[in-house]
Amino acid sequence: MQSIKNSLAGFWKYRYLLQNLITRDFKLKYRRSVLGVAWSILNPLLTCLVMFLVFDSIMRGLRGEGIPNFAGFLIIGQLLFNFFRESTSMAMESVLKNAPLLRKVYIPKYIFPMEKVCFAMVNCAFSFIALVIVFVITWTPVTFATAWMALYPLIMLFFFSLGIGLLLSALYVFVRDIMHIWEVFCTLLVYASAIFYDPETLSGIMQKLIHINPMYWFITAFRSCVLWGEGLTLSMVVVCFLCAAVSMTVGVIVFKKNQDKFVLYM
Amino acid sequence: MNQQQPIISVDHVSMRFNLAKEKHESLKEYFVALLHGGVRFDEFFALSDVSLDIMPGDFYGLIGLNGSGKSTLLKIISGVYKPSAGKVTVRGTIAPLIELGAGFDMDLTARENIYLNGTVLGYTPKYIDSKFEDIVEFSELREFLDVPLKNYSSGMVARLAFAVATMTKPDILIADEILSVGDFLFQQKCEKRMAELMSGGTTVILVSHSIEQIERMCNKVAWLDHGHLRRNGPTAEVTAEYKHFEKKDSMKADHA
Repeated sequence: MQSIKNSLAGFWKYRYLLQNLITRDFKLKYRRSVLGVAWSILNPLLTCLVMFLVFDSIMRGLRGEGIPNFAGFLIIGQLLFNFFRESTSMAMESVLKNAPLLRKVYIPKYIFPMEKVCFAMVNCAFSFIALVIVFVITWTPVTFATAWMALYPLIMLFFFSLGIGLLLSALYVFVRDIMHIWEVFCTLLVYASAIFYDPETLSGIMQKLIHINPMYWFITAFRSCVLWGEGLTLSMVVVCFLCAAVSMTVGVIVFKKNQDKFVLYM
Repeated sequence: MNQQQPIISVDHVSMRFNLAKEKHESLKEYFVALLHGGVRFDEFFALSDVSLDIMPGDFYGLIGLNGSGKSTLLKIISGVYKPSAGKVTVRGTIAPLIELGAGFDMDLTARENIYLNGTVLGYTPKYIDSKFEDIVEFSELREFLDVPLKNYSSGMVARLAFAVATMTKPDILIADEILSVGDFLFQQKCEKRMAELMSGGTTVILVSHSIEQIERMCNKVAWLDHGHLRRNGPTAEVTAEYKHFEKKDSMKADHA
């Protein structure tokens, strides 16, 4: 209990550092680019356009028929998955990348993975403008009564990614192979997260496999609120919460157990 | 002021490092080595059983040859390392000056770095605002405030870092060979600032290879030799002995 209280006090003390690091990353990301922040919106929009063209022409068969408003369906999956991939891979490298600093000054080490996940969330928030643009172009009606509920899967996804980011950043200090494994794993996960197809049209086993993927739940819950206007079902609420809770518990425990050894391996 | 309570107490502290004796280039070699009687680690004690009390207002010097454990001790006191054995108790805020500019991002400007590094040390932006003028004044870098640090000379970076680290009046200031950077005018300025902090009650720990500087500034000195605390006491006594020290007399580091 005392240690939880101490970590919270430490976190409060370093909240400005968190804020400054996010600002720094944001500034450096768009330094020397002509369009600057506009890329946060253009990038997902263009990526989505490419995927839309591919799945609407060459791979039309793969996409499956009967997805109304495919563009909106696609961009939601794309944005949320991007957030997950970006936040976890940046968080993974964050502790080691700040080795010069951590070897010299005492700072709570979890600040770095946390900052990367927050930074990815800021980017994600900007890219929601791309989502709005797609909705306007395709003239999709939005039910505001359910749309605000999309915050729930988004917040749960934040904690889910934070837990995994903490776990990966701790492991990465000791075993550098993790980076390559995670990259390949994410590529696999793209195809298992129902980003560009409707899993209900798949065979029984495939459907079950996709249902054990947490990303499927976050994406589907978000679509249900924003795109389909159906809000959240009980199973969505429970599954999203459990995924976030398990990920956070494992991440925090592994990170905390190993953080004193980090400096000796950096 | 409570004279009885030391501001830093180092209590039987040891720090052990594992040095891998053989380098295993691949996982296969590692497993082969494991089968042949295990992976051997050489355990090396950077510090063995060091105990030291530092009182409020002390100006403590740390001396010793290269590799004697001075920096390791400073890092344990400032919380970067956790000791393998023993305990360190610190009663107050620490401003570490261990390798200046550790928290700087070379792509950012001086202005941005003042805020970034200030928050690394745990200050609020509001507080940094109020000290901003002082920092700029002290570092003498007003014309270069909006230039990225990668275009600075190392002396300029050191000046900025010293100004940021001493913006507040910390209870404890830890300085690791920092006064060897910068020109002599700036060195004098740094010494003056440290003397000011001292008169305000700040405790200072200084690592230096310049015995002359230690004798001029410190009131007490601890002498580390291969991880052992060899002598500890008033400056004059310890430095007199240190000057007559020869390599053949040095103590052996502990191996396990």
